[in-house]
Amino acid sequence: MIKAEAKNINVWYGDFHALKNINMSFNTNSVTALIGPSGCGKSTFLRLFNRMNDLISNFRLEGLITVDEQNLYSKEVKIDELRKSIGMVFQKPNPFPKSIYENVAYGLRVNGINDRRTLDETVERSLRQAALWDEVKDNLKKSAMSISGGQQQRLCIARALAVEPRLILMDEPASALDPISTAKIEELIFELKKSFTILIVTHNLQQAGRISDYTGFFYMGEMIEHDATQKMFLNPSNERTQNYITGRFG
Amino acid sequence: MKKYRKVIEKFIEGVLFSSSTITSLTVILIIVFLFREGIGLFHSSPIEKNFVISVSKQNPVQQLNANQVKAIFNQDITNWSAVGGANDSIILFTTNDITNYYSEEELGPNLENLPQKLNDFIVANPGAIMYVSGKNLPKGFNGHFIKIKDISVSDFIFGKYWYPTSDPIPSYGIWPMIIGTLLVTLGALLFAIPLGLATAIYMAEVADMRIRNLLKPVVELLAGIPSVVYGFFGLIVIVPLVQQMFNLVVGETVLAGSIVLGIMALPTIITITEDSLRTTPKSLKEASLALGATRWQTLVRVVIPYAKSGISTAIILGIGRAIGETMAVLMVTGNASNIPHSFLVPARTIPATIAAELGEASYGGMHFKALFALGIVLFLFTIIINFTVEFIKNKQRRT
Repeated sequence: MIKAEAKNINVWYGDFHALKNINMSFNTNSVTALIGPSGCGKSTFLRLFNRMNDLISNFRLEGLITVDEQNLYSKEVKIDELRKSIGMVFQKPNPFPKSIYENVAYGLRVNGINDRRTLDETVERSLRQAALWDEVKDNLKKSAMSISGGQQQRLCIARALAVEPRLILMDEPASALDPISTAKIEELIFELKKSFTILIVTHNLQQAGRISDYTGFFYMGEMIEHDATQKMFLNPSNERTQNYITGRFG
Repeated sequence: MKKYRKVIEKFIEGVLFSSSTITSLTVILIIVFLFREGIGLFHSSPIEKNFVISVSKQNPVQQLNANQVKAIFNQDITNWSAVGGANDSIILFTTNDITNYYSEEELGPNLENLPQKLNDFIVANPGAIMYVSGKNLPKGFNGHFIKIKDISVSDFIFGKYWYPTSDPIPSYGIWPMIIGTLLVTLGALLFAIPLGLATAIYMAEVADMRIRNLLKPVVELLAGIPSVVYGFFGLIVIVPLVQQMFNLVVGETVLAGSIVLGIMALPTIITITEDSLRTTPKSLKEASLALGATRWQTLVRVVIPYAKSGISTAIILGIGRAIGETMAVLMVTGNASNIPHSFLVPARTIPATIAAELGEASYGGMHFKALFALGIVLFLFTIIINFTVEFIKNKQRRT
């Protein structure tokens, strides 16, 4: 079943043609890794799905982006309502300088939900889903800045899960973490796949190989190849994919 | 060549070291100087140096306090019975009055008989109170000296009257000035904080680049205008406006001072607040937006809390700017040294008092010292402000 889709996507920043005629679709409860050299447009592509690119003043889009067959860029869509339904995890852990509890509750609070019971339940559920509950359950009032970087990143994942997103976007979520924290995040992604659809941008090819079901290779604003990860890594159809994956450029 | 470079490096090091030493020493010197002059006011008699107040030894009143002496010389008390003496009217006597009692021949061509005649006078007039220079009194003077209590710190701080030149006993009470300073500053902040924060938020979060690039230099220009120009502006524009709006007899009021000071504190508040709002990491704002928060929710829930300590610093430095400002306030607050009970009456601030009166105070005299003591009070105000800023900054660094 298709969860999200990009049809004939072209993106410009001013005169710069950042994404060129991209067509991709993403299956429900799958992990898709977006790989490619720096500046290839994979982050831009990721950010189309929660309209974060709209914050850039000279951004222009042609084409259709859908999640659950809803056109994200139609006039009826309210951007902040949309973002509530799409979770995003950033490159560097960026918890708010608030308590652990308030970080997770943030998405609900800005939604106007302040009921104590609902908040408590959601915070616990999200922290459990993010495999952080056991480590912080006694310190929920502690500042989020006081936990380790890896824990912070899992907190950010919990924060994104709290609003029960339709889609989770991850922009190099482990690139600022040590190997052990990275392994935990990867494990977590594997678990989350059971209930969520995940798009993940990564520079780490081994990581893409380990965690993803599908891989899309971006190069210079074009989507060169998109296929099952195993096929991409073992037997890519395109020569450029082959060269990138084997480390001949990148 | 190498040796040469080493010498130059040593030389530069020496220049840097001595520059910083000179700077620190200057600061210390100023503080020491301020305190040395100011402290002199206390534990000394309020009467002008060498002068004495005396009464006849036959007078049953042999003790008077400072307020009684002031009342007597202001002729609020004219009969000894009011201070516990006989029912006898009080005769005020200062050196100039001597010619009313004795002819020039009796005093001698060079007033060489003055000491003797002063003695004669006090003996002859049991109802007299005499305020003369002690140098003019003969040995074995037959009067009784009234001892006046020294000025205490609490008299100085909480005294309600500031009559620095009144004879024979001046009043150095700075309570009206403290209240005046605080009230003018408070008014300035009530006006400057909302306006300053609103402008800063607008510049940092709302306005597009073009408007911001226009606003920023304007705000910075505001900081560069000399304070006397603000004073002019206040005098010509604000004072008449206040007078008309509230239908007052005089427009030179606390309110006028507050408005002018508020305008002057704006650049400080705006620039520091804006800078601190801008230090909020983009990643935090993005995180908030990505969770579906609107721009306003992000501003209120993430940006402002993050910039909290910067905003507090801005406000406190704004207070510092307002509390120490002299010229503009001097020009628009009316300088009446009574305790202001509302924003619509004239008041007088500490710095304005120093600026206005230092020129008239005789060097080293009591009035002069009193003004320095005022300077100490002002200095303590600003020290407290600076420490508060440091405290907030440190607190921020720890979290």
